[in-house]
Amino acid sequence: MAEIRARFRKQFGTFRLDVDLRLPTQGVSVLFGRSGSGKTTLLRCMAGLEQSADGYFVIDNEVWQDGRYSLPTHQRSLGYVFQDARLFPHLDVAANLDFGRRRAGSEGQRIDRAAIIDLLGIEHLLTRLPDRLSGGEQQRVAIARALLTGPRLLLMDEPLAALDHARKQEILPYLDRLHEQLAIPIVYVSHAPEEVARLADHLVLLENGRVSAQGLAAETMARLDLPLRFGEEAGVVFDATVLARDAEWHLARVAFAGGELWVRDTGAAVGRHVRLRVLARDVSIALSETDSSILNSLPAVVDDHAADDHPALVIVRLRVGGMPLLARLTRRSAAALHLRKQQQVWIQIKAVALIG
Amino acid sequence: MSDGDLTAILLTLRLASLTTVILLVLCTPLAWWLARTASRWKAPIGAVVALPLVLPPTVLGFYLLVTLGPQGPVGQITQSLGLGVLPFSFAGLVVASVLYSLPFVVQPLQQAFAAIGNGPLEAAATLRASPLDTFVHVVLPLARPGFITAAILGFAHTVGEFGVVLMIGGNIPNKTRVISVQIYDHVEAMDYAAAHWLSGGLVLFSFLVLLALYALNPAARGNYRG
Repeated sequence: MAEIRARFRKQFGTFRLDVDLRLPTQGVSVLFGRSGSGKTTLLRCMAGLEQSADGYFVIDNEVWQDGRYSLPTHQRSLGYVFQDARLFPHLDVAANLDFGRRRAGSEGQRIDRAAIIDLLGIEHLLTRLPDRLSGGEQQRVAIARALLTGPRLLLMDEPLAALDHARKQEILPYLDRLHEQLAIPIVYVSHAPEEVARLADHLVLLENGRVSAQGLAAETMARLDLPLRFGEEAGVVFDATVLARDAEWHLARVAFAGGELWVRDTGAAVGRHVRLRVLARDVSIALSETDSSILNSLPAVVDDHAADDHPALVIVRLRVGGMPLLARLTRRSAAALHLRKQQQVWIQIKAVALIG
Repeated sequence: MSDGDLTAILLTLRLASLTTVILLVLCTPLAWWLARTASRWKAPIGAVVALPLVLPPTVLGFYLLVTLGPQGPVGQITQSLGLGVLPFSFAGLVVASVLYSLPFVVQPLQQAFAAIGNGPLEAAATLRASPLDTFVHVVLPLARPGFITAAILGFAHTVGEFGVVLMIGGNIPNKTRVISVQIYDHVEAMDYAAAHWLSGGLVLFSFLVLLALYALNPAARGNYRG
């Protein structure tokens, strides 16, 4: 069975990392947690940059660490993208890109250099020195540099954390493209719900050095029992397909497992797979289908509910077809509607974000 | 300028060049270790390396004379190896100069290495570079300003030494009589004109060296002690 198996224990003063994970060898696994939850340490253990005395790390039957045996970092077929790009300041962009590629030998030669440069849109930067690049450009070069070694595993440590909002929006589309076009597994550390929603296929929640939940991103994000939620950003993500585009209203009709929705037309072609995000605060519940300004109204079944961060609020989980959705309402509204499990209701979705 | 002056100048340049080369080779691993280690030996070894900064050169010269001399422990070894004794020879002068100028080469290198930090080393490791490969292709280029500073300071400081030379080298023409000793001789002989030529030349040389250091390498400004 192709999988990534990671077991690490490490003590840092009073902090203790203790994880045992199985990650898929496809798609993006996001390690999510607050700062200090151990997510970066875990990633560094995977890379061999941090030594865990009693660690075990296997990718596709290739053992990188087993107890005291630990393959040195430079012999591991991995790419690592640091928070700060860490380009070599004495080398221009092209030489930075070729630094790892040359050393990776045949693995690096397998990778189409021009295609990676094109994928990250850095063709026009090749002769520049790193200090002549913006933060976003540096990070794109760093990602390309890591990919050009032809790694079996790409590790990314909050690659967007050091960038401002505009630079983040500049890089996210490139990350979407990586996600779509590359076959290698990516382990991505983040504390930003937006990035989780956009990129995660598999989600691991870390708290105080331990795994508090993990699983498919859509399911894990819709769980009500998790001690670590996304606060204001609570919501679900799911995949959909573009069915039609309405030129008059600039809307697109998309189909997902629970039905069909109208979303703002972002130019995605008919037939394309898109990822949608629905925040709990944008979902309201009605007992019947009513006329309103809200475009998206769907029948749903109440599944469960849980207390929210504020005592005035509850989070309700509903099922639309087979899909879980979260709705945030006041406790007063929930009481007025007499909501109970398995009740048939209508949900109104005020906003659906199309995220790549 | 007399033949004696010219001989002294050539001897000084030979001594300073050789000393600088030996120091760069010796100090690169030492400075790397001092910059990277968390060992409890870091402080004592760092202090020993810095000793020549504060000791009077005569003290250093005196102990070297005792250690390298015929009765000293190192002297016994060099004699049993058939190398004779080092004091009052050019080789002895080189050994003394290396020790005397050590901190002027170690410290700029150590600071340059420390300033690089872990970031580039870890990045290189994730790009398949072995530690030696990383040292040659990442650390050395990034530490280049430190190497320039270290070489210039090591060379200039060796040119300017006097006390150690007098103690360990004596005053033998074409063997140990360097510029500073030659100036001393001129002054003792009341030949102030000759002393002026050499002294003025040394002032000019030192000024040019420091000018080159500051102009070529602005980052080095105030980056060393001494």
